[in-house]
Amino acid sequence: MSSLSYAAPTSVDEAVKLLAGASGLAKVLSGGTDLLVQLRSGRVKPDLIVDTKKIPGLIGIREDNGSYIIGAATPGAEVEAHAGLKAAWPGLVEALDLIGSTQVQGRCSLAGNLCNASPAADSVPALYAAAATVVVVGPNGRREVPVEQIPVGPGRTSLAKDEFILEFRLPPRPARSSDAYLRFIPRTEMDIAVVGCGVSVTLDGNGVCTAARVALGAVAPTVILVQAAADALIGHTLDADTLAKLDAAAQDAAKPISDKRGTIEYRTKVAGVLARRTAGIAFDRAQGLKNGKAH
Amino acid sequence: MAKTYVSATINGEQTEFLCETQQTLLDVLRDVVGLTGSKEGCASGDCGACSVILNDRLVCSCLVLGVEANDAKITTIEGIAQGDKLHPVQQKFLEHAALQCGFCTPGLIVASKALLDENPNPTETEARYWLAGNLCRCTGYDKIIRAVMDAAAEMRGETVG
Repeated sequence: MSSLSYAAPTSVDEAVKLLAGASGLAKVLSGGTDLLVQLRSGRVKPDLIVDTKKIPGLIGIREDNGSYIIGAATPGAEVEAHAGLKAAWPGLVEALDLIGSTQVQGRCSLAGNLCNASPAADSVPALYAAAATVVVVGPNGRREVPVEQIPVGPGRTSLAKDEFILEFRLPPRPARSSDAYLRFIPRTEMDIAVVGCGVSVTLDGNGVCTAARVALGAVAPTVILVQAAADALIGHTLDADTLAKLDAAAQDAAKPISDKRGTIEYRTKVAGVLARRTAGIAFDRAQGLKNGKAH
Repeated sequence: MAKTYVSATINGEQTEFLCETQQTLLDVLRDVVGLTGSKEGCASGDCGACSVILNDRLVCSCLVLGVEANDAKITTIEGIAQGDKLHPVQQKFLEHAALQCGFCTPGLIVASKALLDENPNPTETEARYWLAGNLCRCTGYDKIIRAVMDAAAEMRGETVG
């Protein structure tokens, strides 16, 4: 059990070479809050761990012409402390902040949450709703892809063995835009979503929605983007009729399993309720109304 | 497989050690460096008994590899007091009897110190959420929260009746 190697490359090229040249299983390490648990339990048995945190750009947040760029391994605590990002994308910041404890926030990252590929990952519905993209690096250079192309099933991603995520990019925000994320858990903290919902909207001066994206977590093998739910919002204010259509679209898209966290029927119903509540917060924020955190 | 050489500053002292990749920082602190104040409760990042401050961030040392600590600055429970003088959080844990078996105490004291370093005037709700990752099966938490709030007041120079 002492054949496990470790490398902390200081450039993308070096990291890609290490991953490509690995004879057995190589795992990319960001914050390690999932990977170390899997190592300990024996669920994954890598031959090589490539720690990405020493690569320039992997940790940090910068703004570029209204876009925010977040290094793949930036810890949750650093994201939460970034006032500009929080003002532009409060829902995404809250979603990442919901993961684990203060201690976990000192380490956990967007890349880890996305690539661990849990359908219940908290930051992922918010990333889908935000229309975030990731810059993937590998032997053929870099490519920018929508976040929703990364997870392909529970614990599985579309990344090749010698690829990893360099950074997340959030598009510029038009006026009267905001987002929100809610998850349902039976306690107040330190739990895994029964259902999660991310909503991002842009409104016109009359409160009519001109653009929307809605994503649901923990109701399918991966987080899902629900186009029908976005369509229920676009062209409308958030009145009772719109809310009813949004609720129905979310319930219709939800294809959950029954497990210890909830039954199919329960999760489906909660998906509709959460979509309504999350949209309410996103609309309020886009109109400049105060709306507090989920907890 | 050869062990990896790691050099880190632990509680202000330059420290060098050799470790295997799969050894966690907690394993290294306890078994290699001999600092056994940090405890292993769950070994999966849920209980907080192994809390340390790594490069100014509170983390579970069971979720960090020892090899990742190269060039890092680490504060463990052994580095919280200044010589013989207890940190106010430690003193208030004693005064409020904020412990029974004591197993969670090192982690709670490190986490509470990290809270007060970042937020000298937390509300009780903020303190409770900050410490949600530190499990205690004895006290019911109320005495711990009273100790932390009292330590915060003392560190701000306020006298509490």
